[in-house]
Amino acid sequence: MIVREARACRWKGLATVIAVVVTLPLLSGGCAVLDGPVLDPKGPITLAERDLFFKAIAIMMIVIVPVFIMAAIFVWRYRGTNRKARYSPNIAYYWPAEVLVWGVPALIIVWLAIHLWHNTYKLDPYNAIDPSVQALQVEAIGQDWKWLFVYPEQNIAVVNELAIPVNTPISIRITSDTVMNSLVIPALGGQIYAMAGMQTRLNLLADKEGTFWGRNVQYSGKGFADMQFQTRAMSKEDFDAWVEKAKQSAKTLDAATYEVLAKPSEKVPVTYYSGVEPDLFDKIIAKYMHGDSHLMPHHKQAEITEWDQWISSDD
Amino acid sequence: MGSVDIFGRLTIDSLPFYSLIAASGAGVTVLGGLSVVGVITYLGAWRLVLFEWLSSLDHKKIGIMYVMLALVMLVRGFVDAAMMRSQQAIALNSEGYLPPGHFDQVFSSHGTIMIFFMAMPFLSGLVNLIMPQQIGSRDVAFPFMNAVSLWLTTAGAVLVLISLVIGKFSTAGWSGYPPYSGVEFTPGVGVDYWVWAVFISGIGTTMSGINFLVTIVKCRAPGMTMFRLPLFTWTIFVTAILMIFAFPALTVATAMLMLDRTLDMHFFTNGMGGNMMNYINLFWLWGHPEVYILILPAFGVFSEVVAVFSQKRLFGYLSLVLATMAIGLLSFTVWLHHFFTMGSSARVNSFFGTMTTIISVPTGVKVFDWLLTMYRGRIIFKPPMLFTIGFLVTFCIGGLSGVLLALPPIDYMMHNTTFLIAHFHNMIIPGVLFGYLAGYMFWFPKAFGFKLNEKWGTRAFWCWIIGFYVAFMPLYLLGLLGMPRRMEHYEIASWQPHLIVAAFGAFIIMLGMICLGVQLWVSIRDREQALDLTGDPWNGRSLEWATSSPAAPYNFAVLPKVEGLDAWWTMKQTGVAYQRPEKYEDIVMPKNTFVGPVIGGAGFAFGFAMIWWIWWLALLSLAVIACGLIVRASNDNDECVMTASEVKAIEDARFAQLAKAPKNEMADDPGFAGEPMQEPAT
Repeated sequence: MIVREARACRWKGLATVIAVVVTLPLLSGGCAVLDGPVLDPKGPITLAERDLFFKAIAIMMIVIVPVFIMAAIFVWRYRGTNRKARYSPNIAYYWPAEVLVWGVPALIIVWLAIHLWHNTYKLDPYNAIDPSVQALQVEAIGQDWKWLFVYPEQNIAVVNELAIPVNTPISIRITSDTVMNSLVIPALGGQIYAMAGMQTRLNLLADKEGTFWGRNVQYSGKGFADMQFQTRAMSKEDFDAWVEKAKQSAKTLDAATYEVLAKPSEKVPVTYYSGVEPDLFDKIIAKYMHGDSHLMPHHKQAEITEWDQWISSDD
Repeated sequence: MGSVDIFGRLTIDSLPFYSLIAASGAGVTVLGGLSVVGVITYLGAWRLVLFEWLSSLDHKKIGIMYVMLALVMLVRGFVDAAMMRSQQAIALNSEGYLPPGHFDQVFSSHGTIMIFFMAMPFLSGLVNLIMPQQIGSRDVAFPFMNAVSLWLTTAGAVLVLISLVIGKFSTAGWSGYPPYSGVEFTPGVGVDYWVWAVFISGIGTTMSGINFLVTIVKCRAPGMTMFRLPLFTWTIFVTAILMIFAFPALTVATAMLMLDRTLDMHFFTNGMGGNMMNYINLFWLWGHPEVYILILPAFGVFSEVVAVFSQKRLFGYLSLVLATMAIGLLSFTVWLHHFFTMGSSARVNSFFGTMTTIISVPTGVKVFDWLLTMYRGRIIFKPPMLFTIGFLVTFCIGGLSGVLLALPPIDYMMHNTTFLIAHFHNMIIPGVLFGYLAGYMFWFPKAFGFKLNEKWGTRAFWCWIIGFYVAFMPLYLLGLLGMPRRMEHYEIASWQPHLIVAAFGAFIIMLGMICLGVQLWVSIRDREQALDLTGDPWNGRSLEWATSSPAAPYNFAVLPKVEGLDAWWTMKQTGVAYQRPEKYEDIVMPKNTFVGPVIGGAGFAFGFAMIWWIWWLALLSLAVIACGLIVRASNDNDECVMTASEVKAIEDARFAQLAKAPKNEMADDPGFAGEPMQEPAT
């Protein structure tokens, strides 16, 4: 009996230790996470993604919670030293149990799959946020190790800063002039890879003013850790003023300046350019197509390299 | 020029004297190697090591050597992990102690080692040791090819280890994405080390897969039909098929990357018609089945352990088999979920996302069947069972985060963040590693004839599981804070507390590693008190417990006749177990040969030569491999006969030992269910 009690005590002690160890970091982290970019979104895309995140967790609890409860009860009740528990060494099949263990997860997956298809289409980064509104066009070019943002309609460019008017859809064309990068602004949405010779697209909208960080999250070499920028979501008037400020810049981004800029550099300060080489973005893509120029009948059709075209030519 | 060319691009500057940390890593590696040589010399064991082990074709010895390799690489991979965790804990607005070029090598070697040179050898080791005995076979189908697999895997592992001493390792991560891994962006030998280590060991693994599959199909004992196979063997059956189909994709991908790097081709380069996405497709076409290659055998171990230590039949055998097959099939339909963010259409992403979530159904079935196996059992909490219970609970959290990541809109948010890191470590530590450690502690007596110390095994378990939670739960939260993976330093202050907690978790895991080491030491020291005299230390259910511990070279003096599921359990119930045959017969065994280690050594030399452009050495080592194969193929005298009288001598000793042994080694355990067992016949 004494042995058994000692064992029970030890089990309780261990359970307490585990409970403390598991919950402490969760609690300490909880507060900080709540105002993190993902759980406190500043735009509809991240908001929708966050909601899906919690919905999916909730539905999966139908399976997860029983596992935890069953594990706890079975381990305690059917411990070998408990001679009071029933012992049936030969039960190995019980059809209602089989139906449940296949059926319930399958039903949850059906629910999830429906939501998955619906949300994947709805939140496709290529979708215009509001087709009835003219989106602000931005071109993002990943370089070692900085982001260049070109505003073709405004004829300005800026390094390591993205200014956007609030409540206006933004459509970003993305490519890379170096290795593979990935563009994300956690508070607003993303991410999409940037690849040389190819174009990807990311549509975003900020519905709150503020400064949100964005960065490359695909490892790209020694300057990777510092390859970040601030996104400034501002009112329409402030944005116009910002554009004016950029237009005042003495620097312009012609082909020669671009070549210098594109060379590897780290921690590049925010730099404005008041004029941009025409079709700079398409020329950067075309640079990598020389080996296969027939793939690129016209530089405006750069999207042909998207691999989706190989998968589904009937679109 | 001639004198320079002899060493290719290898110069004296390749030695790591440029940095104290790199030099000390190299020093530890060299000292480790020298101390192994020293210990063998001190013990005067060279003859034993060379003629009984290195040249052995015995599947059990090959299995043990695989596991030894895995444990060594586990230590090396853990050191990498500890370096990363401590760097990130201090690197807020500071460079920490690791510069980017070094930090990048550390995360690249950590992933490469843990997947290719810890998990894979551990898996092959357990399979080699146990699977032939479970199916009542005397050997694997191709004993010589088995040795070649082992030595090629070792060659790859040694390449990774040597990169710490001569030159540098890759900075391109364990997945080596081009164009970064191309010669334009990462000249030097680092990525070449990675490519060749993975390529050479990958060929070994492909051959292992063929060997395991043919063994299961062709070498089963009489009466051992497919649906009487123990679940561990079933998982190996599916794993072997996955290995055969998936590993060629990796071999091709790394070979093409090598051609890009060495011969200036343009498969995956930015320009000249290269397409990096092809690499990423090929890599994950291997990479996702690989995840299941790793975890299915662990599922197999859990299935064995949970039945034995619940003292009950496994619940839902057919469901578990079908679920294993379903996972195997589905594992080839999900690879694109590794790059939802690469710009494929909503339709493509939805398809692969849905397929991924579907895999969670058979996996969930398994979890419930294991739980139902414990239901109305009599659970004995030995270390293997503790690892199994820890796995059951923790794995669900990993499954949950996995399904979340399978939803493309959530993946857009979480991809490349520490949430992803937390997810796959949540699958690989409590899933894969706990499974292998459970198997290691479960089957250790079968390999060496004595049990591992349970007190230290239990301590190791608690350190591992608590350490796991403390180290990886913060990474989930960091993912929600947007922290990317592979950050050498950072500026966001709210990340640091989590990283400090995570580093503390790594420290607890280190205590777990130490407990494992102490367990091994204490167990060897006190082995006389924990001898396994019956060969069946846990009151087991499958045929590997019918052999002596350690098993005789031929495993079974007389091939067992299998009457149903749980073959050994049934034999014990019906009194067929431990019966002496009328007479013994001669047994044909493969002779030991050094051709396996020679091919492995030449494989290493070939890889090293290709990395450093030492062309004469590359040609020479290829010639050695070719000669080795020709010599082996033309040798008709590669088997020896163990005569009936020799077999009888071994078996007489075994039965004498059985007569002295306690009736049932589990009988004094307070949790023992009291199942009567037949007297050993003498």
